Amino acid sequence: MAKRMPLVDVVLVGFGWTAAIIAQELTEAGVQVLALERGEFRDTVPDFATTTIQDELRYAVRKQIFESPARETLTFRNSPDQTALPMRHLGSFLPAAGVGGAGVHWNGQCWRFLPTDFELHTQVVQRYGKGFIPADMNLQDWGVSYDELEPHYDRFEYLCGVSGVAGNIGGAKQAGGNPFEGARRRGYPLPPLKRSASTLLFDKAARAAGFDPFPCPAANASKPYRNPLGVQMGECTYCGYCEWFGCGNYSKASPQTTILPVLLKKDNFSFRTHCDVTRVNTDGSGKRATGVTYVDAQGNEVEQPAGMVVLCAFAQHNVHLLLLSKIGMPYEPGTGQGVVGRNYAYQITSSVDVFQKELLNPFMGAGALGQAIDNFNGENFDHGPLGFIGGGYIALWNTGGRPILQHYLPESAPKWGAGWKKAMHENYLTACSIATHGSVMSYRNNYLDLDPTYRDVYGNPLLRLTFDYAPNEHHMSDYLTDQATKIAQAIPGATHHVKKREGHYSIVPYQTTHNTGGAAMGTDPRTSVVNRYLQSWDVPNLFVMGSSVFPQNAGYNPTGTVGALTYWSAAAMKRYLKNPGPLVTM
Amino acid sequence: MSMLRTSSPSDPSRRAFLRTATIFLPAATLLVACDNTRSPQAAAPVFLRPHEADFIDAAVRRLIPADALGPGAYEAGVARFIDLQLAGAYGRAERWYMQGPWPTGTDSQGFQLKYTPAQIYREAIAGTDAYCDQHYGSPFARLTAAQQDEVLHALENGDIKLASLPSKTFFTLLWQNTQEGFLADPAYAGNRDFIGWKLIGFPGPRYNYMTEIEQYGRPYTQPFVSLIGRDPSARLRGET
Repeated sequence: MAKRMPLVDVVLVGFGWTAAIIAQELTEAGVQVLALERGEFRDTVPDFATTTIQDELRYAVRKQIFESPARETLTFRNSPDQTALPMRHLGSFLPAAGVGGAGVHWNGQCWRFLPTDFELHTQVVQRYGKGFIPADMNLQDWGVSYDELEPHYDRFEYLCGVSGVAGNIGGAKQAGGNPFEGARRRGYPLPPLKRSASTLLFDKAARAAGFDPFPCPAANASKPYRNPLGVQMGECTYCGYCEWFGCGNYSKASPQTTILPVLLKKDNFSFRTHCDVTRVNTDGSGKRATGVTYVDAQGNEVEQPAGMVVLCAFAQHNVHLLLLSKIGMPYEPGTGQGVVGRNYAYQITSSVDVFQKELLNPFMGAGALGQAIDNFNGENFDHGPLGFIGGGYIALWNTGGRPILQHYLPESAPKWGAGWKKAMHENYLTACSIATHGSVMSYRNNYLDLDPTYRDVYGNPLLRLTFDYAPNEHHMSDYLTDQATKIAQAIPGATHHVKKREGHYSIVPYQTTHNTGGAAMGTDPRTSVVNRYLQSWDVPNLFVMGSSVFPQNAGYNPTGTVGALTYWSAAAMKRYLKNPGPLVTM
Repeated sequence: MSMLRTSSPSDPSRRAFLRTATIFLPAATLLVACDNTRSPQAAAPVFLRPHEADFIDAAVRRLIPADALGPGAYEAGVARFIDLQLAGAYGRAERWYMQGPWPTGTDSQGFQLKYTPAQIYREAIAGTDAYCDQHYGSPFARLTAAQQDEVLHALENGDIKLASLPSKTFFTLLWQNTQEGFLADPAYAGNRDFIGWKLIGFPGPRYNYMTEIEQYGRPYTQPFVSLIGRDPSARLRGET
């Protein structure tokens, strides 16, 4: 018999970026909020102190800052005719566990999506015709527009102290920024980060190749910054340990460095760690959430009643919970019916490694210190003659020069032995890499459901991921890689190694932690799990946050858009709490 | 921080002998005995059995050899690093999902063996030594450098039949752990005297480059540093 806790107004599943924002917004409105976190409490001191955090082996290689597959993982296969097998250790993507979530270990690459990204189906049909869309592609509009999200992007950027150069203020193009971005109401809160040698190298070469480079938007503070909540951030020191590490310097935006100092003091907010939520409970009608059930660190099953439930876990974990809780119709690829697990997407990356003579000192860097071009992202270019949908940015990120995982060697270098040693000696300080970061559309056979065989530590079925890259994505990525190669060719005296993304998607090498979909937002309950306010179509007092709601993935890092959508949804939740019921009626 | 260090058992009798012995040594000898240049393998292996330690010593000497560019993996203490890693949480695969069933998957599905890293080393070293005995008449550690390279290439290409795992899997792990031991912070007992970092020019966790990042083209000249200071060997010295 589960232990039963006192009722709260709102319970949040997870305590990362989206939970911190929702908690801050709703507690300001006088609502009582409880966050349940499966991992431990973490804060800048002692967990990310500079005396211990710059440890590549412990964090980036042994992955001690991420979720442990021994406790929670998923099974994976490329296609529905294969048997899915467990992801036994982490590789392709790195979900977090613990307070702050992936907001602790991200790089701070904080983008807005393009206005056209939110209405991609409409755009593609208008521009190229319906026949342009592959038959098995589930291309959808989001149900929310860039203009509607713009104030919320602005709030997230000012919360985080994003450093950058605006490219479009109120429709007026700004020199030095991204000429393709949607109009913003004002510039970034902070000027761009200092430029490193390699980002200047890229800038020059991209201009020579005829493109429009700009400094990437960075949630790494270029100057001391006090955010609108009154939380103080410190100036980045370019130590080179952002992604896969916590920041010891209060410079990288995270829930800990932007919201928690204010939130944790509030009487109407509380949180519990080591609480693994296993079910969202519903009443007899199945139309109302009554709270959640979790397992605590003692192994007790505990029921937490709540007036409203918000899923704030990592993308696929939200979908896993919906499936375990039997909320919404599970997606069935054979018939195309059902929605939960539908429209899982990811991103497709490639790179061109560059070998040249100029000293770059790659270890001086920051997670979002980069120079990019957006000429080939979204609908910024004509896809008609190219025959594919989507795009991505091309960037040189100077995130750091951590020796085990961040070194580049020419293709001709021996894999080990004296030749490897010589290549390491000759290239570490001067090599760099140009990355492409491409969108992935949603497809009929790329989806999430429950695995029939493998179980987690509680005996629940693992989530099963069925995913592969489609020809559309390979064409797009190869095209981006060709453009990146043109930039590499414009670097004087350089040789390069082109690393296209070939063949099937593999769960093994790290690519990106930008998993999306499975609980898509939209305007039609037959093709989406939540409405445009991220409210469940089936259970109106249940909301789903994070990139799990993306109907397909864009060619940018998702956190900026996740932040904007969270603020957008929080505003809707406040309306819901005053007048409960569906925010969209069909 | 000290998970790996504290997990190492010490041998009280050996410790006591060394302490006693130093009393009778002349001062000059004492200095040498405490110098950083002592053998990186002075401490007794923790996980590795003697023939396994011989294998690893020999293998890392070939994977990153000492040459005109400087010392290699053996001199950097990589064998000690691997031994301590295998003895700890990593060797036991504490964070890995290790529930069956265990069918063979596709390459894109990744690692699907029911062996921990420690078990892989144990099984693969025995199997590789058996192969070397059969083909060369000696275990791996006693082969010539050229023969050892042949065997390593054969492991890498999956050409050596081990009882229950692909030799390629073992080679990939061994090479990955060798690079780790050569390039990780010296706090983990490898990268001794910053041998790995000196080879490539990585100064260590220096924390603040606010000025230097804009000094384009200028070499960074501050001393090498570890998470445990500029002389990490000092802290690692006492263990036997």
